[in-house]
Order: sequence, then structure tokens, then C-alpha cells
Amino acid sequence: MNKCFAVYLRELLIFRRKEIRQILSMSVSPVLYYVAFGIGLGKGLEVGGKPYIEFLIPGLVAMSSMVYSFGIATEINVARFYWKIFEEFQSSPVSNVSYVAGEVLAGMTRALLAVFIILAVGLLSGVKLYFGIQFWIAVILNSFLFASLAVGLAMLVKSHADQSLLSSFVITPMSFLGGTVFPVENMPLFVQKVLYILPLTHASHAIRGASHGETVGYQPFAVLAVLGLLCFIMAVRVVVKARD
Amino acid sequence: MINIENLQKKYPRVQALKGISLEVGKGELFAYLGPNGSGKTTTIRILTGLTKSTSGSAKLNGFSIEDNVLECKNQFGLVTQAVNLDQELSIRQNLDIHGRLHGMSRKDRDAAIKEVLDYVELADRIDSRVMELSGGMKRRVMIARAMMHSPRILFLDEPTAGLDPVIRRKIWSLIKKIQQKGTTVFLTTHYIEEAEFLADRVAFLQEGEIVSVNTPQHFIDEMGVWALDIMAHGELVTKYFRDMQSLDAFINGRELCCTKRRVNLEDAFIARTGLKIAENGGLNGSAAGASPHGGAHGPHGGGGAHSAQSAHDSSKHSSNKHGSAH
Ligand SMILES: Nc1ncnc2c1ncn2[C@@H]1O[C@H](COP(=O)(O)OP(=O)(O)O)[C@@H](O)[C@H]1O
Ligand SMILES: [Mg+2]
Repeated sequence: MNKCFAVYLRELLIFRRKEIRQILSMSVSPVLYYVAFGIGLGKGLEVGGKPYIEFLIPGLVAMSSMVYSFGIATEINVARFYWKIFEEFQSSPVSNVSYVAGEVLAGMTRALLAVFIILAVGLLSGVKLYFGIQFWIAVILNSFLFASLAVGLAMLVKSHADQSLLSSFVITPMSFLGGTVFPVENMPLFVQKVLYILPLTHASHAIRGASHGETVGYQPFAVLAVLGLLCFIMAVRVVVKARD
Repeated sequence: MINIENLQKKYPRVQALKGISLEVGKGELFAYLGPNGSGKTTTIRILTGLTKSTSGSAKLNGFSIEDNVLECKNQFGLVTQAVNLDQELSIRQNLDIHGRLHGMSRKDRDAAIKEVLDYVELADRIDSRVMELSGGMKRRVMIARAMMHSPRILFLDEPTAGLDPVIRRKIWSLIKKIQQKGTTVFLTTHYIEEAEFLADRVAFLQEGEIVSVNTPQHFIDEMGVWALDIMAHGELVTKYFRDMQSLDAFINGRELCCTKRRVNLEDAFIARTGLKIAENGGLNGSAAGASPHGGAHGPHGGGGAHSAQSAHDSSKHSSNKHGSAH
């Protein structure tokens, strides 16, 4: 446990070196989305009887918790291919589980920070939303899932370029299509079916439902938890693949 | 302390190790000497769990690197060839994380950080960020970090590559100090004089194979005591002698373009591996004095080439530059 914390602590220390920069850059996109979609496009728009902005903010929470927890892959790649720090972990008596858990926790921490920033933007704009236990469980499961996926993929890629490719072809499309900025229900039925394969769609629904004060059924939580666990196990198993 | 049996490593294009077997005893300072690309780093990476071997086995302090991975990793400290410190963090933070990764308590970590930094004479830079340090300092931080958890074995992969001679001496004395504490040191180098100065035993490595293992003194004695570097027909030829009389007898009053010197490990290395070394261009040229025929050539008058050549056959301990002195 101590060793898992060492991995986590290192990521935190690195993050803190560029704290201000990171937080500023984390704030840019939610503010832009808010201005572009919330005010610019969405003024007077309603989704399900609520102002569009109340639809958008939980979507942005889902999107950001995915994007920023997945972002831990970039940190791992920089440490692995550029600074060679991964060698320091690999030559230390740290089990693969501890290593993965430390990195996943770091990814989740980044995601939570990004979520706080969005909520701050939302609060400043006077949106009324609820942040109960279901909301936070959904956010945490979503971050866990994508941080685990990120760590696993970071172990498998052979270069940082491969990693960016994965981000542009998997994460970026999902961040728009997963029920974040438009309701999946507006799509034709077969497209809906496809979109429900995306874990982010489930996360968006759970997060949005909870923040609208509804009681969300167990299904989206179960989907996120099971996929998250599978990704975590996959990540632990592929750490050895990072040895050439 | 280190037992290696028939270790092989095949990469898609090259076979980096072609069956290495070695034993390194407790407290020994063992040098693994070979030109660039001979497989030094690959060997260390396999022993430290950074790379998987293709076949063969190895044990560190009795623990198998395959079956007892975590236990093995408690046995050694590693200083890699490339700097792998967190440049953005301070020395203290780098060391503290290392201590945590080795399961040390806070108290132990604080005490060890102080001790190892005193040891490498960087205590006053404890809160400097690594990126602000010079190359030699970074190397010392890496050694401090590797020693922090008091490992039984220290692996050093080319610890002085690219450092200037003064800093290099400093690192040498540090390595000697570490050995005197009872630590087994396994060091790779392509600097022959580094191996000669530091090592109890040396392995000559060439293209993934160990050519020979022995003490530096044994290798030197085998060659002789005195060496004579002679320019003959535009080529440098070195001859070896047991004593000064036979050397003088060889010169026999002729005026040769030559230099007299004591035999060193480089002579033995070239004799043992000479042919192949000559083919692939010798040891890394950036090494001061590490080129196969490095060292000053005698500034004596020319005209001796012919006699050097003719004297070749009569010399008792002669050895041409392709080496046959064994
Ligand atoms: N990751 C790798 N992939 C493919 N070939 C490699 C890799 N690492 C080393 N090699 C090859 O293995 C051989 C030995 O390399 P190395 O152990 O680094 O040599 P040294 O440390 O003695 O300079 C070289 O031919 C090198 O090109
Ligand atoms: Mg090397």
C-alpha cells in the first residue's frame, strides 16, 4: 500500500510542479463549451423541459472526468519514453497491482479536479444542480474506468505517437457522442444502440440523472463498475508487456 | 552473489547475448568491459528485471530473477546508463519516492537521505531541482538513490560515460568506498582504464559473448611487463617483453620510432579481442585514451620502420597487433 502511495505521490508532485498551468488549461475547455454551447447555441434551448445549460453541465462533467483520467496515459508515456522513470518503478520491489493502482488513483485525482472546476463554472453561472452520493459515485466509477484503460494502453503502446492516435480515434469521438452535448435519444434507434455500447453514454446518464435530482437505477453503475474492473485487471496484466 | 547461467537475449534483428555464464562473489567489484553494442546494458537490464531474457537463468543473492521477482528487486540498487531522475523534482523528493518504493519507513528514509547525500557530497543541494544540476552531480544523485535502501548488490551501467576526468576520479573513489562497505559491485564500462583501476575481476565482452574473465593483473602479467609501440610502415605495432634487458636486446641500438611503456589492461584487451575490435572500429572514440592504440607515439626520428619489421621474428615475446600472446 505504501508503495502504491509512492507511485501516486510522484504523480501528485509532478502535477504540483505545474499546478497553475494545469488548472488553467483544465478550465479553458469547460468555459469555452459553456460559452459556445451553453450561451451561444443553447440560449432559449430546452432539453426535456430544462434549460440546455442544465443538460450540458453534467455532460461536461462526464466528458472531463473521462478526458482527464485518461490523460494519465500521457504522463506515463512522458515518464516512460522521455524521462525513463518507468525503469525506476520496474527495478523497485513494487508489485504490478500497486503500480497500476497508484497511477489509476493519480488519474482519478486529476479527473476530480477537472470536475470541481466545471462545477465552479456552473455555480458561477447560477445553474441549479444536485450533487448527491449517486452523482459522485458515477463520477468516480467513470474516472476509475478511464484511468484504468489509460494505464493499460500506456503499457501496450510502443511510442507516445501511438498513444495520441488512440486518444484522437477513441477518446475524442466518444467525448462528443457519449450523451455529453446532445441527448442520445435524439438519434435514430440503431445509432442509439451503438452509442449505448460506449461506457461514457452510461456515465453521462447516471451523472445527469443524479444531478437533476432523479434516482438513477443500478444499471449504469453496474456497467461502469464491471468495465472498470475489467480494465484494471487488464492493466495489471499488461504491465509486463512494457518490458521489451 | 550474482550467478548467471547461459543467458541469451534475441532481439528481432540481433542476438544481443549469446549465452553468458558468470559468477560474481560477495563483496567483489566486477567489471564488465566491452565496446558499444556488445551487450553490457542488455545484461544489466535482464538482471534488474527491465527486460526478459530469451533463455537461461540468473540468481541474485540466491533469488531467481524469474521466480522471485520482488525479492530479487530488494537485493540490488541500479544506476542506469541514461539519467532517469525526475528532473522537475528536488533531490530530496527523488530520494524520498525511491525510499517509499522500497518500503522504507519515514524515519529510515530521512536518515538514509541524509547519509547518502553526505556520502556523495551533495547534502547542500538537497532541495535543488535535478534539472539544475550538472551531469556529474546527476550521476552522483543516481548513485545515492541506488544506495539508499542499502542493497547488497550495486549495478552501475557506464557510471562515468561522458564525464570529465576530475569528476570521473571522484566517482571512482565513491565506487571504491561503496565496495569497502561490503557491497557487491557489478559495473559495465567501455573505458579500459576504469576496469583496470577499479575491478577485482574483469570480463571481456564482445558481441554478446564473454571472451575471457580474470583479474586485471593476471591479464597484464600474461602479456609481459614492458611494451614497445613501434611505427612500422605507417602502422602501429606493439611488442611485449618480460624485462628491460630483452626489450633493449630487441632494440639493439637501432633508431626506432617507438615508445617504451608498462603493459596495461588495454594491451590484454586488444590481444584478446583485437581482430574483431579492429573490424568494428574499436571502442567508442569519445573515450579519452580508450581507443585501441591510444597513448602517445614516440616523437623519435623516423627511419626505423624497416628494422622494426625485420626484428619482428626474432622477438621472444612479440605479438602483432592482432594479438596472439596466449
Ligand atoms: N530494445 C532493443 N531492441 C533491439 N535491439 C536492441 C535493443 N536494445 C539493445 N539492442 C541491441 O543489442 C545489442 C547490445 O546492446 P547493448 O546491450 O545496449 O550494448 P552495450 O550496452 O554494450 O553498448 C546492440 O546490437 C543493440 O543494438
Ligand atoms: Mg550500454
